[in-house]
Amino acid sequence: MNIPIYLDNNATTPMDPRVLEAMLPYFNEKFGNAASRNHPFGWVAEEGVDYAREQVAKLIGASEKEIIFTSGATESDNLAIKGVFEMYKEKGNHIITAVTEHKAVLDACKHVEKLGGKVTYLAVKEDGLVDLEVLEAAMTPETILVSIMYGNNEIGVIQPVKEIAAIAHKYGALFMTDATQAVGKISVDVNRDGIDLLALSAHKMYGPKGVGALYVRRKGPRVKVTAQMDGGGHERGMRSGTLNVPGIVGLGKACEIAGAEMASEAIRLSALRDKLESALTVLEESYVNGNVEHRLPHVANISFKYVEGEGLMMAMKDLAVSSGSACTSASLEPSYVLKSLGLSDDLAHSSIRFGLGRFTTEEEVDYAVEVTKTAVTNLRNMSPLWEMFKEGIDLDSIEWAEH
Amino acid sequence: MAYSDKVIDHYTNPRNVGTLDKSSHKVGTGLVGAPECGDVMRLQIQVDDNNIITDAKFKTFGCGSAIASSSLATEWLKGKSVDDAMKIDNMDIVEELALPPVKIHCSVLAEDAIKAAINDFRVKNGMEPIALEKSHH
Repeated sequence: MNIPIYLDNNATTPMDPRVLEAMLPYFNEKFGNAASRNHPFGWVAEEGVDYAREQVAKLIGASEKEIIFTSGATESDNLAIKGVFEMYKEKGNHIITAVTEHKAVLDACKHVEKLGGKVTYLAVKEDGLVDLEVLEAAMTPETILVSIMYGNNEIGVIQPVKEIAAIAHKYGALFMTDATQAVGKISVDVNRDGIDLLALSAHKMYGPKGVGALYVRRKGPRVKVTAQMDGGGHERGMRSGTLNVPGIVGLGKACEIAGAEMASEAIRLSALRDKLESALTVLEESYVNGNVEHRLPHVANISFKYVEGEGLMMAMKDLAVSSGSACTSASLEPSYVLKSLGLSDDLAHSSIRFGLGRFTTEEEVDYAVEVTKTAVTNLRNMSPLWEMFKEGIDLDSIEWAEH
Repeated sequence: MAYSDKVIDHYTNPRNVGTLDKSSHKVGTGLVGAPECGDVMRLQIQVDDNNIITDAKFKTFGCGSAIASSSLATEWLKGKSVDDAMKIDNMDIVEELALPPVKIHCSVLAEDAIKAAINDFRVKNGMEPIALEKSHH
């Protein structure tokens, strides 16, 4: 077992050695520009890209012509939201999304607002799921796009995308999903789920950083987005720029491996996750955040009341995890995702996200449990809030000085 | 963000964690910060008849820098007169622990905790609380 243990697989995943192996030739002997149509160097690179396009399409049940390669999910989110707004603004100017989305979606929506668009940011239920009735009530004849993520990066909840897509379509809007955390972890199928646009990223599924894709539906309906990058007209004119051939080949291989292994991986990881979670919620005043039925198999987000997340992570220095505490950020604001579940600020500050992955072992999970339990216990012994809680003092009755 | 060696030392081996009898008139207690801000410090001092701080204890809910700031504060308080304790400035803590700018509020909180503990002691012993200039946050 190697220390520190990596349990932050929602932030990024290590590359699978098989992915690296597939990529290597495209850095040197197969270095050609995939857009060079008139010599073998270009053809070889193009072949690599075409094959990767098929591998990506297959994983999400799409056709290869519907895959646009990008630099990652942030770019895909931006291209989808801004591109749809520009393309369809004659039809309507209203977009619906949710408050728990990734910043790439939220900030792209804010940009659209500056361009004169109207955006509805749906609140979510206490378990993190979008309320379908609230969504339907927000739909207007002006609504052109509903953008709701597939699986949440912080708490792992899986949205009812099929039902959300049906509501969007009923009102003539397109449905887009940021599936960065879901693709390669659970079954995602653009036709089964009714998805019109989908963003994905390689480095969240054991592929390289700096490459991703946007799925853009071609049939029923044929979706168009206005390019956000002008240039040589690559990727059917939707995304100019010389293709990142080694990255794209890596993304393809990562998709192929995920397609073959994710069903069994999901079973293994959810068993490990459940083991971790049940061992840690034995601690008094610890709470699992988010819906526990509809969620990704590898994520556990737990608040340990009366200890602060960043301090806790420092005590768990053998573990690489993340926290909803934003003590390091200048704003001092805790996670907006956790707050939108109705968590009080102090519980949001007290949260730790464990993100398991393909290379996580049971031994590592057992060790993580021990380290976490010891750290929580030690910090509670040092916490004035824990002492007051134990003395039966209602912390809400105290007038805290804002600072 | 990497922590300085001194922060890690105080965090790993915190000095003077604990609780003094807050009902004693020899003990001053300062409780500052707020749970929703992610920092709460409780700092206590025990003062003898010569106005010397003979013991200091803390408990802190917060990040590593907050815990280290309060641990350092208790170390500095012990043996000081109450008047000298009043002179501890948050920037001394920043310097000693090499706190980065985003962590300066932790030192401010420690200074506030010291002053709150002293004032609690003063009020308990029939003295006027010292008016505090609004600190840096």
